[in-house]
Amino acid sequence: MSGAPTTDLAEVPDDVLARIGQVQYEEEGGFPVEHGYIWTTCAAVENGNPLFWDDEVAAQLTDVPIAPPTMLSVWFRPHHWSPGRTEPAVPLQAHFDLKDDLDLPEAIISSNTITFHDPVRIGDRVRSRQVLRSVSDPKTTKLGRGRFWVIDVEYLNQDDALLGVESYTAFGYRREAS
Amino acid sequence: MTARLLHGDVAVGDTLPELGVDVTATTVVLGALASRDWRPMHHDKDFAVERNGTKDIFLNTPNQAAWFERYVTDWTGPTGRLGRMTFRMNTSVFPGDHMVFDATVTGTDVDAAGCGWVDLDVALMVGDVATTTCAVRVALPTHDDDNPWARSGQGWRPGDGGAG
Repeated sequence: MSGAPTTDLAEVPDDVLARIGQVQYEEEGGFPVEHGYIWTTCAAVENGNPLFWDDEVAAQLTDVPIAPPTMLSVWFRPHHWSPGRTEPAVPLQAHFDLKDDLDLPEAIISSNTITFHDPVRIGDRVRSRQVLRSVSDPKTTKLGRGRFWVIDVEYLNQDDALLGVESYTAFGYRREAS
Repeated sequence: MTARLLHGDVAVGDTLPELGVDVTATTVVLGALASRDWRPMHHDKDFAVERNGTKDIFLNTPNQAAWFERYVTDWTGPTGRLGRMTFRMNTSVFPGDHMVFDATVTGTDVDAAGCGWVDLDVALMVGDVATTTCAVRVALPTHDDDNPWARSGQGWRPGDGGAG
């Protein structure tokens, strides 16, 4: 990977720079956190953790039943269909905006960090918001020439308690001409 | 209460018991739908082959996260509380693969709030290939009466410390 800036990519537009640190796309999940999805998720990976199956264990450890922490992003994903919607909902819209605004048609997520804060409890209404954290100078990788960017997705409950943060590092690029 | 692991029971260099799972199309589809991921490459083989250029449908990332959580908390018991996970996806996992999870303890510490942390390097292997690696920071009780789930505010600092 080379960090040497070149002139082959356009400068980062001012309106992109202005978005760094700003909250975008605040959205509420389509339904409250519920037990059925928790059991379905545990069943899908054969997770027998009694915290999610035994109310007495939940009462001892967390007072009330909670969801597995890694289900954080499940609660805001849109339904496959809902009345009146004509366009498919796109998760991580800030990422797709950058691809367009920086004229980098290809992109991959190179790493993803999830930090877990307050537990997600049954009945919680989870909402998410996206924050662009950084855009790098031009870089060259084996995929092509482009820029890295970091987007945080923050998850909060109905009381504004922070439930977790997913931080995505993406590389947007153009394929090398063959 | 189910048996639980204490922070003092763990040392750097410890390894976790391996977990092996035969992946089927049901594994992939069930995992995708449980995580509300409706994208066709996780349930439609024709789409995956023709549009994504992969050999089959493949495990989605949120479902892999659920597998990593299950693997780690099988080891910690229910008092283990995940603080942070960092994933690097190298290649995909397909029906017909036998995936094996393994892990090594890379660090232990007690933070300023008294919370006991263990850092793990976890790998999802298919054959000799680490398809996904995951650095995990998980809190364990420091003594019999400690409960990491009871921590909040300044007592719960999952973003601090560790290598992830």
